[in-house]
Amino acid sequence: MVVTVRLIITLKEGVLDAQGQAVRQGLRALGYDMVSEVKVGRYLELTVPDDLDPATAQELCERFLANSLIEEWRLEDTMPEAASEPSTPSRPWPGAH
Amino acid sequence: MRFGVVTFPGSNCDRDCLHVLGRVLGQDATTVWYEERSVDGLDCVILPGGFAYGDYLRAGAIASTAPVMTAVRRFAGLGGLVLGICNGFQVLLEAGLLPGAMVRNRAGRFLSQPVYLRVESTRTPYTATLRVGQVLQMPIAHGEGNFYAPSLLLHALTTSGQVIFRYCTADGEITAAANPNGACANIAGISNPEGNVLGLMPHPERASEPILGSSDGRRLFESLIASQASSRARPQWLPAGQEQPVG
Repeated sequence: MVVTVRLIITLKEGVLDAQGQAVRQGLRALGYDMVSEVKVGRYLELTVPDDLDPATAQELCERFLANSLIEEWRLEDTMPEAASEPSTPSRPWPGAH
Repeated sequence: MRFGVVTFPGSNCDRDCLHVLGRVLGQDATTVWYEERSVDGLDCVILPGGFAYGDYLRAGAIASTAPVMTAVRRFAGLGGLVLGICNGFQVLLEAGLLPGAMVRNRAGRFLSQPVYLRVESTRTPYTATLRVGQVLQMPIAHGEGNFYAPSLLLHALTTSGQVIFRYCTADGEITAAANPNGACANIAGISNPEGNVLGLMPHPERASEPILGSSDGRRLFESLIASQASSRARPQWLPAGQEQPVG
């Protein structure tokens, strides 16, 4: 059995997020002043065996997928799926129709 | 000197390096394909600029896992000369051959412009024939040249003499205005403690012929060639001034 694991990577506090700042500027230019902070990061979906050793998952992230000098990361939302099925649709944004 | 210029998928400054080293400076310069397992026979390995692996994941990240990098690591560990230019510098950082990391330019824009660099140390073969305080003009062309080191590391780099180039004014002053990308302490290039591995964001190979506006970049290569000529191969780079008997 495989699962899809989501990895979200963002810059650490104290590291300049120039992209995030630029996106916030764009939102403000469009009138959305209420967005006080934007962080732009990376999102990965990894399909792995459902019995993957957590230490190995940690290693993947720390050794390669994230640069731990400047980035922090978190794994979340495992969505079990059968190996032969196409990937399940992602959960809708809360409140979306 | 025998130079090997690595070509990763997406490298695009390799030809300029080969041109300058081979044709302008008359050296033995060849391509090292990224899948090569050996860099035997080379005096210096160059990791050129470009967008290796599309800069996917992080600039230089995937390139640092390329097959050739095992050989480059071993070569560097034995004191071999490794020069990382722009994307090549990013690869060296991701490979752990140099400390620190690159983030996006402060202004969020790709910058393609000439900059002035101040030589901070002559304790590397790349700067041995230069002068501390000397100002060189070279172009930068990057979107992620904002060098980051947490404060302890920054302090260590500074006190151990590993900061080799800083962005400066035409008069050699280190100012915020002269810093194009927000790099901490205006750092444009660093070396490892031994001095055999150097990474810099600006492009010396694009400042090696007068027709491109500056020949200052050529001085790095000339310093390298002169250093190699005046010493026999040895595992540790000695500070300039410490002569070894030849023969």
